[in-house]
Amino acid sequence: MKARFLPLAATLLIFLIAYAACYLQYPNMLSTRVVGNLLTDNAFLGIAAVGMTFVIISGGIDLSIGSVIAFTGVFLAVVLDSTAIHPLAAFVLVLAITTTFGGVMGAIIHYLEMPAFIVTLAGMFLARGMAYVLSVESVPIHHDFYGLLQGLYYRMPGGGRLTLIGGLMVAVFLAGILLAHRTRFGSYVFALGGGVPTARLMGVPVARTTIAIYALSGFLAGLAGIVFSLYTSAGYSLAAVGVELDAIAAVVIGGTLLTGGAGFVAGTLIGILIMGLIQTYIIFDGTLSSWWTKIVIGLLLFSFILLQKALVWASESDRAVLRRRLLRSKALR
Amino acid sequence: MIAAAQAALRRFVPQLIALATILALNALVFPGFFDIEFQNGRLYGSVVDVLNRGAPVALLAIGMTLVIATKGIDLSVGAVMAIAGAVVAATVAGGASLATALLFAAAAGIACGLWNGFLVAVLGMQPIVATLILMVAGRGIAQLITEGAILTFNHQGLIFIGSGAFAGLPMPVLIWLALGAAVTLAVRRSALGMLIEATGINRRASTLCGINSLVLLLAVYAVSGFCAAVAGVIIAADIKGADANNAGLWLELDAILAVVIGGTSLLGGRFSIVASLLGAMIIQSINTGILLSGFPPEFNLIIKAAIIVVILVMQSPAVQTLYDFLRSPSEVPTETPRQLPGEAEAPESLGRPQ
Amino acid sequence: MNATSSEVLYRAEGVSKRFPGALVLDGVDFILRRGEVHALLGENGAGKSTLIKCLTGAYRRDGGTLLLDGESIDPRGTQEAQGLGIGTVYQEINLLPNLSVADNLFLGRQPRRFGLVSTAAMRRAARGILAGYGLDIDVAADLGSFSVAIQQLIAIARAVNLSGKVLILDEPTASLDAQEVGTLFAVVRDLRARGLGIVFITHFLDQVFEIADRITVLRNGRLVGSKPTAEMSRVELVTMMLGRALEQETHSRAPQPEISGAAVAEFKGFGKAGKIAPFDLTVRAGEVIGVAGLLGSGRTETAEVLFGVERADSGEARVGAKAVSLTSPRAAVAQGFGFCPEDRKTSGIIADLSLRENIALALQARRGWSRPLSRREQNALADRYIQALDIRTSDREKPVGLLSGGNQQKAILARWLALNPSFLILDEPTRGIDVGAHAEIIRLIEGLCAAGMSLLVISSELEELVVYSTRILVLRDRAHVAELTGSDLTPDQIVHAIAADGSGQAGA
Repeated sequence: MKARFLPLAATLLIFLIAYAACYLQYPNMLSTRVVGNLLTDNAFLGIAAVGMTFVIISGGIDLSIGSVIAFTGVFLAVVLDSTAIHPLAAFVLVLAITTTFGGVMGAIIHYLEMPAFIVTLAGMFLARGMAYVLSVESVPIHHDFYGLLQGLYYRMPGGGRLTLIGGLMVAVFLAGILLAHRTRFGSYVFALGGGVPTARLMGVPVARTTIAIYALSGFLAGLAGIVFSLYTSAGYSLAAVGVELDAIAAVVIGGTLLTGGAGFVAGTLIGILIMGLIQTYIIFDGTLSSWWTKIVIGLLLFSFILLQKALVWASESDRAVLRRRLLRSKALR
Repeated sequence: MIAAAQAALRRFVPQLIALATILALNALVFPGFFDIEFQNGRLYGSVVDVLNRGAPVALLAIGMTLVIATKGIDLSVGAVMAIAGAVVAATVAGGASLATALLFAAAAGIACGLWNGFLVAVLGMQPIVATLILMVAGRGIAQLITEGAILTFNHQGLIFIGSGAFAGLPMPVLIWLALGAAVTLAVRRSALGMLIEATGINRRASTLCGINSLVLLLAVYAVSGFCAAVAGVIIAADIKGADANNAGLWLELDAILAVVIGGTSLLGGRFSIVASLLGAMIIQSINTGILLSGFPPEFNLIIKAAIIVVILVMQSPAVQTLYDFLRSPSEVPTETPRQLPGEAEAPESLGRPQ
Repeated sequence: MNATSSEVLYRAEGVSKRFPGALVLDGVDFILRRGEVHALLGENGAGKSTLIKCLTGAYRRDGGTLLLDGESIDPRGTQEAQGLGIGTVYQEINLLPNLSVADNLFLGRQPRRFGLVSTAAMRRAARGILAGYGLDIDVAADLGSFSVAIQQLIAIARAVNLSGKVLILDEPTASLDAQEVGTLFAVVRDLRARGLGIVFITHFLDQVFEIADRITVLRNGRLVGSKPTAEMSRVELVTMMLGRALEQETHSRAPQPEISGAAVAEFKGFGKAGKIAPFDLTVRAGEVIGVAGLLGSGRTETAEVLFGVERADSGEARVGAKAVSLTSPRAAVAQGFGFCPEDRKTSGIIADLSLRENIALALQARRGWSRPLSRREQNALADRYIQALDIRTSDREKPVGLLSGGNQQKAILARWLALNPSFLILDEPTRGIDVGAHAEIIRLIEGLCAAGMSLLVISSELEELVVYSTRILVLRDRAHVAELTGSDLTPDQIVHAIAADGSGQAGA
């Protein structure tokens, strides 16, 4: 197996072992109900994390997604509360806003040559501020169409429900996998992660790709916001604080190199599921406190970053071996 | 000596102008802004308030400046504040003396810093990655200490640190001024400043010069952890309790912003603690100004975003190049009267793709 | 020499480029013919890279015309130039090590089916292209898992496949060993036979005479001349590059007397597994030990092990009479060692710090952070070495990154001389600097040695090594294989020792 797939395999293995361990302790955890809830509860995080995966593979970071989710929720709630616009139209409108928002951040990162970290920090402040300006209070959403969407689900064998938003997350992941690994845009994203100057020399449209990556992240954050508002039936400007950190953690646990250039969209899904599994376990256990989630995720982050470092070291020494072998074969000749 | 002082002063001009402008605006919307009263042995007034409320960010900015100068970043300071607050609260709640509690909190902060430094310097992780780990896990650790609740205390000595006054000034103000002065003196009166800058610009070359960059990095992150611990203690003392969830939440971003406003590059190298402290005060003046002017506080974030954008534009390499280009025709002939042999290499490097 | 067709492929006329404050290209003409290897030469700062960037559209030229196949062209970027048929392979930043070989070859033009990249078709095509260069490798593997030489060939394959008329090679041989250069040249000759016009930039004059059909020389942004290689002598070429006649550069000299003075440092069985085989070395006061060998032979590794950059895992070191452990550069500095590394930009200079700080840095590091050099002491130190080494700068506060390569090298030398080391290691001290500074550095080495300092100098330039070395260590395959002294100190003998059969005299 290629070393590049090792982090992904490790993630998958950890997930399977963890799930097996949970199952041994709580046999109820192996049911489509739990799986369905796992997908539904983490739908908004998963969708946002797909965008984050692209951003991180390209060597950037997007700190704004939590705020964008909150902004989207508040925007929808306020618009649906105070106007007669149909939710679908509101969805289109808000997606246009968040996509543009991401695109503008990408343009600033590219044209002003500033670190993504600080630019998206400004975006984070701005989006959260706009959410506050729209409403400081939590605004409930009562709309028949929302009720209709929330009622849509597919009953899986065993009684679990694959809800619309859970299904949407899975669909977004599938689309993300194709986009990352089977399109030219995807290869440009990896190319940027390998090094912007080189990518530029090789003819990658750096400006267009950078803007598209952050626009994609903005779009998916907006979509995550829509999902979040369906999930909570409300818009609240203080919601989804720190979601960007969870998304980054899921991406890294999913085997994507935080320094960019290598990664898997599918791995992010497993990362999300691992994090969801920890929470589900804590709920099943009932005595453990929720802060253990943070500590365990921190530990997982640490071990995966360490694993990636080890792989880099290993491949470097591989190359040294290669070089020595080359020299030896020459000496013999 | 005078020339050096002038050069140093010129370094602070943008920050001083920004601060003066914001203070003037504040005075405009709130005429009593510069009024200061003396009551019950301490000074009161909006300006004092700015200095007092800005203490946590100012403290964080001290350590953050050093970390950023080494081409690093410390995302964990907010979480470290929560840990230190939890430690100090748990220790005094357990009946220990104030000195012991403070010692424990400081030790916790330094330990967190050393952990970050270990990941960065020894394991060679990217700073943003390394400190992210503690940023995520740190609040969990703090909650572990407070057992999920807001751990309150009623220790007068500790509360004095947060809300007491000495010589007319609130304790937090005195603490950040003292720590800022101490660290500035420590790095500038010794060779530490130069060694930190060298390490930040080119770590490999610095190591080859015989600089012990490993110890230097460990120390810098430890200082950052210590500053975060002090800030954490002040916040806990101020609200008379440790709130693991909210103490220092997002302050790491304000601290980074303060350093950036202070003109230290996120790419490491030349740094100025004083300018970062000015940056912290600029941020706090804006916060206070918005509060005073009756604007809803929610505008705060939007204004911060606007500031970042303005600074980004000013510091952007692309804009710098444009600026150099615009002013070059008039200045260059006087600056370089003759082309030195081999010096044409320099202009070539300007156009190299980043 | 191949028969060069006279058909002009790419013609540049009067190309000018101005940077803020400097005219770096001043009306340069350049003519590339079909089926020709055309060497573009000049000292650092002559404008070679700028000309190349103008030819490939990476820079917008400020004046002049470009004609490809007689048609006027105006590429606005490397991309457009590539589409027109002009491909470039740079020395370092070429391809992306994190993508597969096939992705690297087809980035941006992957074959698609139903809108999605067809991986199988892409790999098939990649194998087909590489077969034309005699490469049979796993195209699905990451590029980074292959050697530099193979990556270089893949870069050429990509450039030729993309453009197919003009191939520009910017110092392609800088990090290849002799055999790899041979493979590369075979490919270049093949491409020449296929009718491509090839521009070849290098610092190695031997390679120019080996492969180039024609030579164009630039100096200070101006064209000095352009001639077929057959009509050009080495002396003429160097004269054109320097703009002045050199006194015989490879002057011979009387064999150096063997130095039998006191041992400054002694190494026994010193080495590190995987880096350099254990070797013995005694360094005596006032001698210059030359180190010769191909790239990758263990030259830099020897220096790094001696200076504690790589910790030795066998053997012992003695300084004076007592055993020491060289576990870090810091420990080596404490023993009076100094080390000017090969790669100035990444390992030598601290670009944003001033010349003054760069010179004071090692001394400051040795004194420790608690005993700072005062500003006055630093100024005095900097001024002394700016004068002594003739470092050309407008003032000592100038960031060292803005100085030329030669002056940066002198600044690093000054940094170590300020410590007054007893043993100074110089790794390629004259690489990549202009010929004027080159001669000054050599004089400096001779001067230091005369003053009683011991030096170990690594260099690829054998003529240069024999000028100043008291004895020369020859390395091969990461081991010390020979030591030359006295009348054996000639380039021929070194080449002989390097090329000698590997099974022979093993490292001491």
